[in-house]
Amino acid sequence: MTLIVSAENLNKRFGAVTAAQDISVGIERDSVVGLIGTNGAGKTTFINMVTGYLKPDSGRILFDGEDITQLSPREVTRRGVSRSFQIAQLYNTLTVMENIMVALSVVLDNAGRSGFFSFADPVVPGFDQRPHDVANMLLERFQLQAYRDRPAQILPGGVRKLLDIALTLVAKPKVLFLDEPTSGVSAQEKFGMMDMVMDNIRSQGGTVLFVEHDMEVISRFSDRVLAFYDGRIIADGPPERTLNDPDVLKYVVGGQHAKG
Amino acid sequence: MDQLIAVCIDGVIYSSWLFTSAIGLTLIYGVMKILNITHGSFYALGAYMAASVTGALLARGMEPMLSYVVLLASAAAVALIVAPLLERGLLRFMYTKDEVVIMLITYACFLMLEDAIKLIWGVDPYFVAEPYGLLDSFEIGSLTYPNYNLILIGIAVASGLGLVYVLNKTRVGRLLLTVIHDPEISRAMGINVDRFYLVTFSFGAFLASMAGAFTAPTLSVVPAMGVDIIVLSFAVVVIGGLGSLQGAAVGAVIVGLVRSISIHFAPELELFVIYFVMALVLAVRPRGLFSVAEARKI
Amino acid sequence: MSDSKLSIDQVTMTNPGRDRTVVAVLAIAAVVLLAGLVAPQWAKFLLTIALAKGLVVLGLLPQMRTGLVSFGQALYYCLGAYAAGLAGKWAAVSDLMVMILIGGSVAGLLALLVGVLLSRYRSIFYGLLSLALSMILYGLLVKTEALGSTDGFNVAPYTLFGYRPEQDAVRYVMLSVVTIIAAISSLVVHRHLQTPLGRMTTAIRDNEIRLEYMGASARRVIYVNYVIGAVLAGFGGAIVASAVGHIDPEMAYWTMSGEFVFMAILAGTASVLAPFLGASIFSAIHSFAFDVSPNTWQMILGASLLLVIVFLPEGLWSLFRRARRA
Repeated sequence: MTLIVSAENLNKRFGAVTAAQDISVGIERDSVVGLIGTNGAGKTTFINMVTGYLKPDSGRILFDGEDITQLSPREVTRRGVSRSFQIAQLYNTLTVMENIMVALSVVLDNAGRSGFFSFADPVVPGFDQRPHDVANMLLERFQLQAYRDRPAQILPGGVRKLLDIALTLVAKPKVLFLDEPTSGVSAQEKFGMMDMVMDNIRSQGGTVLFVEHDMEVISRFSDRVLAFYDGRIIADGPPERTLNDPDVLKYVVGGQHAKG
Repeated sequence: MDQLIAVCIDGVIYSSWLFTSAIGLTLIYGVMKILNITHGSFYALGAYMAASVTGALLARGMEPMLSYVVLLASAAAVALIVAPLLERGLLRFMYTKDEVVIMLITYACFLMLEDAIKLIWGVDPYFVAEPYGLLDSFEIGSLTYPNYNLILIGIAVASGLGLVYVLNKTRVGRLLLTVIHDPEISRAMGINVDRFYLVTFSFGAFLASMAGAFTAPTLSVVPAMGVDIIVLSFAVVVIGGLGSLQGAAVGAVIVGLVRSISIHFAPELELFVIYFVMALVLAVRPRGLFSVAEARKI
Repeated sequence: MSDSKLSIDQVTMTNPGRDRTVVAVLAIAAVVLLAGLVAPQWAKFLLTIALAKGLVVLGLLPQMRTGLVSFGQALYYCLGAYAAGLAGKWAAVSDLMVMILIGGSVAGLLALLVGVLLSRYRSIFYGLLSLALSMILYGLLVKTEALGSTDGFNVAPYTLFGYRPEQDAVRYVMLSVVTIIAAISSLVVHRHLQTPLGRMTTAIRDNEIRLEYMGASARRVIYVNYVIGAVLAGFGGAIVASAVGHIDPEMAYWTMSGEFVFMAILAGTASVLAPFLGASIFSAIHSFAFDVSPNTWQMILGASLLLVIVFLPEGLWSLFRRARRA
């Protein structure tokens, strides 16, 4: 039971708002953790701190034993942490295929395979195939082939989210943060989408943390749930237990029983 | 000692001229977030209009003391005719574009206006030196300066104080500050933002053309006038901070003094130092000394 | 607030089979070399200058793809020219290839330093700082007696691999050399844009933060592109110095940088051939409009620039692409 991410006493204030109050939590390798909480409870702040976008006022973050608290998003990503975004962050004027090629380019560049002098494409680390082949494979795995040559900005919302997540997997991250992966996706498609995403992640291996407001998605896909409120973690445990915790019902779910 | 006084006085005169020449640029940037390259065109247009009209009227026997009024009127005419045409006819359709693109659009307009000037006034230089020499001179120690320079200084001070007063003490000024802060919210509050843009652009153009008009008597008016003033104004405004009035004043003083010192002690560095300071400020504190705009820097 | 940045066309990055750029570059180079044999001297000269300036604009292309417009390429253009000219004046260097290489190298060396600073800037601040730096060079050169101040100095006729071409062949040999350099540079830049670094270039303009979040250093990409731009500008300056036979500080003035930006926008950044198209059209307008009416050529240029920005944001090159697709 080794901890891949360990947050210790994280604090963060924005003026009068306390976004994080003494947050301490350890994430086990290969676990799937759901993060729940109302808006402003501190979930996204937590992700932002762990991925290097925000620096905590105090406390520290360990990744695989290394202190990454002060590192930039770029450096954190290079160590094996990736994240997707609540509002999909894509290269809007580029096509879906080109978006994936950019992600592949970053991986190649970081691995030192510049490709200038090689007359065949360099091989992508982690996939051991040429970039175009990897890209086509990803298009297939995420059922994006129909959108291959369409610019990202005209894609429907759900597809944009899917692409956003697909991009994060290119780097074969050890830890993946998904920020509201199914928001903006219709109720019928949510499960199908998460199934696809989780299948892809499982086939690569890795730890996943995802923020969700849909309790059914949470209970189906996570093996552990962290409930946030007012900058603190108020509950921590398997979904059946956490989603029925009185505090969670009061502050997060709003009095409804979640299916366990 | 004489040299020290000369440095100071030259510096003050040049700074005043720089300030007047540059505030139009910073005003337009501050309100509309446009780096307006036609600033140079308005400067040149003001100079040409002033020189030609004043020269023509003087030749017809106008009372020489009236020439100052004519200078001002010429500048106003240019601004009130050309600026609104440009803003209403072209620029206002471009406000949603990227700020670099808008800057390039103003560059295109600048190119067109350069030729417009040549077509209207020809390429020969214009001279209208009378207003310059009319007011006698004052002496400090062994140095003599035409009193005209006092007008330049006066205009700079008046413009600066006038703008400060309008922005802070009048209702119009406060509304303008709201528009600067957030055009969208201002629109939602019912403020006629488009009208403010038109007025700001025209007034900024007037400031530039006025600077040109009052510079005309001190040199020969040639087509390339506008080109040089653009980079100089950039330097002043960047050093002080884009969009900041106090910044323009401080920037003008710094550039004026630095140039003055260099002219007297190291003339070969005269041009170099101005842009060196500009680059230095950009490198160290890109928002300028009195920052209003957020510097795009990662 | 902004809806249309300087937009770029989508290069056939993801469809390598349809990439005809290499063939096009070689074909056009061949055409120029052949046509040059029969073209009048003034045409050879104009084309040489257009290609040289096209090189500078080619250097702007990667930068503009990241959304950054440098208003200071004249710094390296002028530096390249002076470096080549001084190599001739002080070290009796007259070989054309050596002069061009010196121009590019000196420019590149400076860019290696300056780029560290400049790569941290974006939007108009990138433009303003690049502008200031070019004006610094201008200011220095204008007041430096030893270099001729505002008059500049002349550049002796070139030699190539030890021998001096005959009077009739001078322009043609230069045109050939420049054409070959332009072709090689185009292919190098084209290849660069297909490498990982090149693909990241286009991504920066759309979403720099996302790129950082993927683990890339946008700053490094911008730095590399900046140095490439400087080297190419240095080549261009050295060529013009030799072709015209004269160098002066005006080569560093901001209006020179403005011309290069103008050419870049005129043709767009979709293909490595576009810069040369832009430079050629610009030179054509300049020469012919200037002869017909010296006081309206800038107006024509300004109007063209405006029309292109408003109606054809991807530059004139996009007309080719539309014709092909139709």
